[in-house]
Amino acid sequence: MDFWTKFIDSAPIFLKGMLLTFELTIISILIAIFIGLFFAFLKISNIKVFEWIADIYIFLVRGTPLVVQIFIFYFGLTSLHISDFMAVVLGLAFHNGAYIAEIFRGAIQSIDKGQMEAGRSLGMTVGLTMRRIILPQASRRALPSLGNQFIIALKDSSLASFIGMYELFNVATTQGSLKYDYMSYLLIVAVYYLILVLFFSIIVGLIEKRMARTN
Amino acid sequence: MSDSVMIEVKKLNKSFGDLHVLKDIDMTVKESEVVCLIGASGSGKSTLLRCINFLEFKDNGDIIIGGERVEKETHDLNEVRGKVGMVFQHFNLFPHKNVLENVIEAPIHVKKVPKEQAIKEGRELLKKVGLSDKEKVFPAKLSGGQKQRVAIARALAMKPDIMLFDEPTSALDPELVGEVLETMKELAKEGMTMVVVTHEMGFAKEVADWVVYMNDGRIVEVGHPDELFNSPKEERTRSFLDSVL
Repeated sequence: MDFWTKFIDSAPIFLKGMLLTFELTIISILIAIFIGLFFAFLKISNIKVFEWIADIYIFLVRGTPLVVQIFIFYFGLTSLHISDFMAVVLGLAFHNGAYIAEIFRGAIQSIDKGQMEAGRSLGMTVGLTMRRIILPQASRRALPSLGNQFIIALKDSSLASFIGMYELFNVATTQGSLKYDYMSYLLIVAVYYLILVLFFSIIVGLIEKRMARTN
Repeated sequence: MSDSVMIEVKKLNKSFGDLHVLKDIDMTVKESEVVCLIGASGSGKSTLLRCINFLEFKDNGDIIIGGERVEKETHDLNEVRGKVGMVFQHFNLFPHKNVLENVIEAPIHVKKVPKEQAIKEGRELLKKVGLSDKEKVFPAKLSGGQKQRVAIARALAMKPDIMLFDEPTSALDPELVGEVLETMKELAKEGMTMVVVTHEMGFAKEVADWVVYMNDGRIVEVGHPDELFNSPKEERTRSFLDSVL
């Protein structure tokens, strides 16, 4: 059997795995964006306690391997009767939130402070100026890094296989061991990841282009 | 000229860390007056202006706007800032919004003016500063002089009682200074109360009712432009004028 025959024969089961990988990534990254924004605001709040809380969170995430975080979330949350899927999603969101917080913080702080002053001088509150003036500019600046983090999250979701989620990587190793043919199925799964990454890169590229046009 | 006092500053002090930038400043600006603040950079002119708009907070002293002593603890500073317009050296236009959107942003979102009305008033203001044909253009496509005129229109859109100008022409190419000063002269003629930090001595001579010379955080001399420029009383004023004229 040649490579492409194996590719086509295994397509139904890989497509299921791909759907799960896709769902894990999208849902966890959406939650991570909210977590990231929240901790970015804590970090720029100029309130010491809030800054410490954000620093501790980022330290915890950066200081431990993702696979450890996923296991902790898995065993911690499933014991509270939360589904495997949600446990992994929250683990990935917790992880990516820290990196996204740093991306947002950098983007917000890169906006000239004259923008905040201009908003304030017009009688706008800090919150309104943040929402109407600073964040639209900062998100535009954050977009390339966010897209990058998105792709990292997609690939990191393969670690969900360690707790038995039947996503892409798990499908590949299972098929490999069933058929005594690891190499073929690892190459096949690499193709699926490349397709997904390409898809997300194109989407991010389109959004970037659209945002650039309005400026 | 009316006698009602628009801005009164009494014994104002302000420090940044160990640096004492404003020392016992007293100043009064009446309705429809144009006051120009001159002095070397670092003399505290800009800080004084920023204290009047509460972009910086005083250490002590009084700031009385329109007869009311304003304290950050007891007053809604956003409301006060809505009545005191500010124009910055570096324009600070909103780069993600076009010219008209820059002008109508605050009226719509702060004053809750209906959009239609805000657009109508915004267009009138753009006409006044000579930029009617630019309303759909983004700031990046404008010259410095045009940007500053948009910034003036944006501040005027809040219908302020007082306009503060912080070196409005210092970041401009020499050939663009004139169009901004013209706009400011128009405004002065209409009776706007204005405080202008400037290095344009010609503008101060022509338009100011009072010129205030500051040095090292203190007001050294206050006078009518004729007096202050032609026969300054203080030695320090004279040597400053000699160095810039």
